Amino acid sequence: MAEPGTDEEEFVFTDEHRALRTAVRRFCGAHRVRGPVELDGGYDARVWRRLSSELGVLGLAVPEPSGGGGGTLIDQAIAVEELGAALAAGPVVGTVLLAIPLLAAAPPHPARDQLLARLCSGEATAATVLTGSPGGLESTPVDAIVAPDEDGWTLSAALGAVPDAGAADVLLVAVPTPEGTAVVAIDTDQPGVERTPLVTLDLTRPQARVRLTDVFAHTIVEPPHADAAARSALHTAGMLLAAEQVGAGQHLLDLTVDHARTRRQFGRQIGSFQAVKHRLADMLVAVEHARSTAYHAAWALATGSDDPALAVSIAQATCSPALSRVAADTIQLHGGIGFTWEHQAHLYFKRAAADAALLGTTEAHRDRVARVALDLASADGAPPIADGLPHAAVRP
Amino acid sequence: MTDPNDATQLRAVAERVVEEHDPRSTPTPDLLTTWYDAGLTWVHFPVGLGGLGVSRGLQPEVDAVLREAGGPADVRSLNGIGFGMAAPTLVEHAQDDDLKREWLRPLAGTHHIWCQLFSEPGAGSDLAGLSTSAVRRGEDWAVTGQKVWTSVGHKARWGLLLARTDPDAPKHLGLTYFVVDMHSPGVEVRPLRQLTGQAEFNEVHLSDVRIPDRHRLGKVGGGWQVARTTLMNERSAIGKSDSRRGAGKIADAVSLWASRPDLHTPILRNRLTRLWLRAEAQRLTAERSRALATTSGPGPEASIGKLVGAELNQAIYEFCMDLLGPEGVLYDDYSPRDTLRPGADRLGPIQRRYLRSRANTIEGGTSEVLRNILGERVLGLPRDLRADAGIPWKEIPRG
Repeated sequence: MAEPGTDEEEFVFTDEHRALRTAVRRFCGAHRVRGPVELDGGYDARVWRRLSSELGVLGLAVPEPSGGGGGTLIDQAIAVEELGAALAAGPVVGTVLLAIPLLAAAPPHPARDQLLARLCSGEATAATVLTGSPGGLESTPVDAIVAPDEDGWTLSAALGAVPDAGAADVLLVAVPTPEGTAVVAIDTDQPGVERTPLVTLDLTRPQARVRLTDVFAHTIVEPPHADAAARSALHTAGMLLAAEQVGAGQHLLDLTVDHARTRRQFGRQIGSFQAVKHRLADMLVAVEHARSTAYHAAWALATGSDDPALAVSIAQATCSPALSRVAADTIQLHGGIGFTWEHQAHLYFKRAAADAALLGTTEAHRDRVARVALDLASADGAPPIADGLPHAAVRP
Repeated sequence: MTDPNDATQLRAVAERVVEEHDPRSTPTPDLLTTWYDAGLTWVHFPVGLGGLGVSRGLQPEVDAVLREAGGPADVRSLNGIGFGMAAPTLVEHAQDDDLKREWLRPLAGTHHIWCQLFSEPGAGSDLAGLSTSAVRRGEDWAVTGQKVWTSVGHKARWGLLLARTDPDAPKHLGLTYFVVDMHSPGVEVRPLRQLTGQAEFNEVHLSDVRIPDRHRLGKVGGGWQVARTTLMNERSAIGKSDSRRGAGKIADAVSLWASRPDLHTPILRNRLTRLWLRAEAQRLTAERSRALATTSGPGPEASIGKLVGAELNQAIYEFCMDLLGPEGVLYDDYSPRDTLRPGADRLGPIQRRYLRSRANTIEGGTSEVLRNILGERVLGLPRDLRADAGIPWKEIPRG
C-alpha cells in the first residue's frame, strides 16, 4: 500500500487500490452483509471478524505495529465505499468511522494500543460519542458527572441515540474532567450500563439509548490530546461517511439503469423515454459530483493537501443531498415495486436520511463552508481559504 | 507520458522561447507563431505541426510558462474556434501535411481567425438534418445554403463547413466536411444581433461558393464522423474552467456578495452557499477528469462539465440579479461592441452576463441533447425513438 505523503496524484487510483476494491466487493457479494439481519445486535459477528481476518479492512489506515493494515485513509475510504454499496450491517460507524481513527490519532499507551488492536482485529466493537449533541460537527464533551476513582473515573451520564451502542463491547465517550476534555473507555459488561435499543429509521444501522450510573471509566485519551484526536476522528468519520454515500449512490444508479433498460411500458424500454433518461442523467451528475468531493476529502486528509474541516464539509454538504436525491429517484423510477418492503430501495432511502443527520446535518456543513467561503470573502473575490489545488499540497 | 522528465524538459523548451522573445515586448502574433514553431501550441500534436507528440496532460505546464512570463492571459480565447475546434479537426482529417501546416501556422499565430459553419435555421439540435448543399463541379465543389450562430464569422478567414452532398442517403450518411475560404465570392456574412444587444454571432449566406476538393476533410459522405471530432472538442473546450477554488463565474457572485453587505439576507447567503458548493463539486469533477485523462480514457466526469457549467452559470447570474434587486434592472449599453478585440471585456457587467447566460444551455449542444448523451453513451440507456432513421434525407418532413 502507498504511504501517505508520497507524490501520488489526487484522484488516481493504483492497482493496489483497485485490487482492494474488488476484494471487498467480492466479499460483500459472497456474504449476505446487507441488513437488517435478524441476529443479535443487527449484524453477523462472524462476518464482521472475517472482514478483518480475511480482508483486513477495519483498520486499513492504522500502522501494522498497532494492529492495522498499514495503508492510508484512501485505502480505508475505498473499503468503506464498498461496504456502503452493499449496505453492510455491523458497527461501521462506532468502530471503523469513529473509534479506530480516534485511537489512531491518540498518543500510544498500553490501554490505547490494546484496544486499538482488538478493534482492528474485529475481536471487539465500539460505540463512540465525541459530541455533546447528537449529530454535532465539533467535538464537545457530553453532559456527565465525573468523579475520580482509583485507576480512573466514576461516571454517570444519559446518552441519547448512540449508533452501534446496543452490541458494543466498549463505549468511547468525550467527558469533562478538571484537566479538560478526556476520552474515556467504558466496558459495557459492568453493572450500571443500561442500554435500550431504539427503533431506527435506518433498519440496517441500530442505535441505543445509554444510561450510565456510577460506572467505571478509564482514560483512553488524556486531556491535552483528547480535543485534537476527537476533531481528527470527526474529520475522518465525515470523509468516510461521504465515501459510504458514494458507494450507496453508485449502487442505486446501477440498479436503476438496469431496471430502465429491461422494464418495458407502452411497448418500449422505459429508459428510452426522455423523462426517465434525463432523470437518470441527473442522478449520474449527482453521483459523480459526490464522488469528486468525497475522493478529494480522502486525499486531503491522507496527504494534508487541503484544510481538513473545509474538505470534509464540502464532501458532506454534497454527498448527503446527492444520496438522498438518488435514493428518492430510485424509488420513483422503479414505480410501484420501488415502494414495497421487499425491494431494497427503501433500505437505501432510509440509510440516506440517517447518514444525512449522523455527523452534522447538510445545513450545518453548508454553514461551516459559508463561514469560510462567504463570510470571510473580500470584495476582490478571493476568500482567504486554501485554493484546493492538489498540486499545491504541502507534503512531508 | 507520465515520465516527470518530460514535464521538466518541456518547461525548459518553453522557458527558452520566452527568454528569446519577451512576451511583454514581442507582438502577440509573432510570439504565438514562435510558440507554434517550437511545438508548444498543442504539445500532443505531431512534431512540425505545432506539437511535440507528448501527452496532452502536459499542456497546462506549457501554458503556465507563457502566462507567467507576461504573455496573453488567455491565448486560446484570441482564436477560440481555431484553437479549440479547428486545429484538432485539421490535424486529424486534412488531406496532407503541407495543407495542415498551411492552415495551422497562421491559425496558431492568430493571423487567421477560424469560424464554424454547422448550424442552420432549420437544423440546430438535429444538426445532421442540415440542408446546405455541396455539388461536385470538376475539381471543385459548389456550395449553396444558409448558416447561423456563426461566432466571429465577420472576422474569420477560414470556416469549418458541414454540407449535404447526397440528399438520397439517410441524413447522417449524406454529409461531407469542408474548409471554406471566407473571402471566396458568394460568401456573405451578416451580423446577428442577440438579446444582449451584441453581435457575437452571424448568419452566413453561401451562394454557389467554390471549394477545391483538396479542402475536403474526410471522405465524401463521411462528414458526420469528422464533425464529431469537432463537436467533442467543442464541448471539452466549453467545459473547461479555472482550476482554483472559488474562481470562474462563482467569483463574480462571491465578490458581488462581499462588496454589498447592505444587501445580505440569510436566505441569499444560503442560496449562494449552495451555488458555491455546486461550483466546487464541479471544479473537483473537472480536476478528477484532468487527473484521469493522463492515465486512462475520459470517463463520465468529462461529459458532465458542459451541462453543469451552463446551468450553474445561469443560476449564478440569476442569484446576482436577485442580490442587486431594483438596481439590476438598469443596463449599461445595448449597442453592439467588439468582443474579439484582445483585452476586451468579453462579458461586461452582471446584467449582460445574466442575459448572455441564457445561451449557455443552447450553444454547443442544448442541455436536453446533453442529457440524452449522458443517458445513452455513458449510462448505456436505449436510444430515443428516431422517426427519421434510415429514411433518405430528402423524404424527411422538415420545417
